[in-house]
Amino acid sequence: MPLPTSPSIKHDRFRAAVLEIDRVSKRFGATQALADVSLRVDAGEVVALMGANGAGKSTLVKIIAGVQAPDSGGVRLDGRPSPSSSPRAALSRGIVTVHQATELLGVPEMTVAENLLLGWLCRGALPLVPGRRRLLAAARDVAALIGLDLPLHALFADLSPAQRQLLAVARALADDARVIILDEPTASVSAREAEQLFEVIARLKARGVGVLYISHRLGDLRRIADRAVVLRNGRVVGDYASPLDLDAAVRAMIGHAPAAPALSERHADARRVLEIRQLTLRAGAQPISLDLCAGEVVAITGPLGAGKSRLLRTLFGAEPLRGGSFALDGRAWQPRSVAAAIASGVFMAGEDRWRSSFLPADTLGARIADVIALPHLRRLFPRGSYSRSGIDAIAAAEIERLGIRCQGPDATPDQLSGGNQQKVVLARWQSQPCRVLLLDEPFQGVDVGARADLIAAIRSRRDTATLVAVSDREEALEVADRLFVMREHRLTELRVRREGESVLAALHALESSEDFV
Amino acid sequence: MNTSLTLSPIPRWRATAQALRRYALFFLLALMLMVFGVAEPAFLRLNNLLSILQSTAVDALLGLAVTIALIGGGFDLSIGAVAALSLMISSYAMVVLGLGAAASVALALLAGALVGAFNGLLVFRLRIPDMLATLGTLFLLGGLQLLPSAGRSITPGLILPDGSSANGSFAPAFLAIGRSEWQGVPLPVLIVGLLAWLAWFVTERTRWGRVLCATGGNEAAARLAGAPTVRYRLIAYIASGLLAALGGVIIAARVGRGDVSGGNGLLLDSVAAALIGFAVLEARRPNVVGTVVGAVFVGVLLNGLTMLNVSFYSQDLIKGLVLVVALGLTFGPGRAHRL
Repeated sequence: MPLPTSPSIKHDRFRAAVLEIDRVSKRFGATQALADVSLRVDAGEVVALMGANGAGKSTLVKIIAGVQAPDSGGVRLDGRPSPSSSPRAALSRGIVTVHQATELLGVPEMTVAENLLLGWLCRGALPLVPGRRRLLAAARDVAALIGLDLPLHALFADLSPAQRQLLAVARALADDARVIILDEPTASVSAREAEQLFEVIARLKARGVGVLYISHRLGDLRRIADRAVVLRNGRVVGDYASPLDLDAAVRAMIGHAPAAPALSERHADARRVLEIRQLTLRAGAQPISLDLCAGEVVAITGPLGAGKSRLLRTLFGAEPLRGGSFALDGRAWQPRSVAAAIASGVFMAGEDRWRSSFLPADTLGARIADVIALPHLRRLFPRGSYSRSGIDAIAAAEIERLGIRCQGPDATPDQLSGGNQQKVVLARWQSQPCRVLLLDEPFQGVDVGARADLIAAIRSRRDTATLVAVSDREEALEVADRLFVMREHRLTELRVRREGESVLAALHALESSEDFV
Repeated sequence: MNTSLTLSPIPRWRATAQALRRYALFFLLALMLMVFGVAEPAFLRLNNLLSILQSTAVDALLGLAVTIALIGGGFDLSIGAVAALSLMISSYAMVVLGLGAAASVALALLAGALVGAFNGLLVFRLRIPDMLATLGTLFLLGGLQLLPSAGRSITPGLILPDGSSANGSFAPAFLAIGRSEWQGVPLPVLIVGLLAWLAWFVTERTRWGRVLCATGGNEAAARLAGAPTVRYRLIAYIASGLLAALGGVIIAARVGRGDVSGGNGLLLDSVAAALIGFAVLEARRPNVVGTVVGAVFVGVLLNGLTMLNVSFYSQDLIKGLVLVVALGLTFGPGRAHRL
């Protein structure tokens, strides 16, 4: 789908740079996080900031937002130098960051209306005793800035991640934002919601707001970015103007051409590992039947809330079976608990690794070795006596096998980049013999390079059947032998990528096909 | 473009259940008044109801102190100790130092504000987690209040550690704070009622209240929206200390002596009031109205049980039951679905 070019871009008034980053450098200890980075965002322009994990994107964003001060160089907003190292000052000058972590975007127990006005409230732009009717009217005006009906009386906690981001964008506009930094805004958002976000971004452009857009999703960038700036090892290694050559940008980003994941040959007579028969995920939903074979990777895509996670959790014994039956290796099987599923070799890595897999950094059990061993302690130590060197050896082998960049089994996940964190999660479930591996959003916050490593590791298992729930179609096409879309708890099979076909071409074919609405 | 983003509708039975849950504490309160009134007609007499409020006033006041700290996102465990300290300071100021009523009250309130600021220092400068910091303050104050009188209660004629005896006495104006009435309503009830209204207005109806609530609800989000969150939380701790100190003054004025054990039980009762308040109107968060209702609820319950000759030692058990039921209503299954 081509992007409707905003007429305002051609207007001279909007030609001015809103954000100029001038030769910014920043060093942390021995690491040169940023070296001589210069970047310019014009009014009404969407600039994609690309880079692998650890390339310096976060540091640059923090410097722009005033959270950190640069060692040298400066940030100019509308041609005037922006005071560094004060988030409040940056905010009052019109730089707003919409964080990927949506829990940073609002107060869960306050209403949407109050959250829309949070900036005004916090900076005293409203009367001391505002009155409820007046607050509501003001909130409605703010929501109207992005043309969306947000449920004003609902609690922020009840909003979807996409709604929270849209709320934050509306708030930014109400605060007269000049530059909005969007950090991975579509990471946990359905396709329809992403579409709404893109429409809102078009509005931002029309209003002359500069947008710095950070995303690992090439499809998004192709759709909305006017220009792409690529960071590698703290330096700008590429600046691509429209029409974007994303293949070149990705090469610049990871330093070499990405290996298109090869589709392996699958034998039609492969053993069936898991059979799902007439499974109902919700009362009244159409039953699902699906077979998974050894060595096969099946991906399920679809919007948030369609039931992808529920399917995986039901197989893992984390949700009650509402109807239907399973067979594992030809024998009837039903997991009564997570422990029972693990005992029969059915493993699941849940979405959001910090909530589902890791322990807080300072706690006992936060070490990589402990993270990997935790679900397998009963199998590893049936008599109850525990050997630290034993689990450290397992972790060391996994670190070696998956190429996890870390200090060793004693390191904690918070010290690692997103891609390496996700490798630890995969290591946990691949370290022991596995029949069925269930992966829920395994590529969240993972850059292209690490994603290729993860896919290679996932696809390397000849005796495991793998089921991946992933909302991003591109990621789904890359990882899967067979691809399904789930909508309202119902499965539909989609075309798969053909041998030798590039992922982007397959994506295009998929998006123009009738199945995918 | 006018795309609608709405939440899915709620089934009717669920709406009814929600309404029941919303007003559950009020239903229980009405039920209690009815049962106690039938069992013991004297219970519903105006005099008795006023005496319930009188005995509830200090718990409600300290409950407000807990609530304000909680709204700002910090637990303040030191309020009971602050009340006890202020009780001893005001008594000491009058009995030993011979100060007047106004000066003694001012001294006690100043001490409360200072302790609040000290808590803030521990939490924000030394970055001690709030529970631990205020627990430390609790012990510090518990020891500190015993020093001037060498562990004895302060009454006129008290023998001081140096052998001399104190020759001051409680000023009548001071005692009036705890003992006088206006139109039959005890002064402490009026004071606490006024302060509760003020606290409600500030926390629910002003910009400051919204920002304090945002700070307590999600400090990172509030800071990123430009709120000076540390200042707000510090002020919340100071306000909490001030309210607790006033509670101590009211106790001293009512009892007319600086009782070393006067602060016992205050912390737990006021925390209970604030927590029961979570269930009022399904707020699920610290709120002023809920805290006052919670304090009255416990007061009515205890007074009624006393009138029915339920032994005082089983009253703690019943208080605990009520707290657990209220928390069950607040956090239990079946509440409105959260993402």
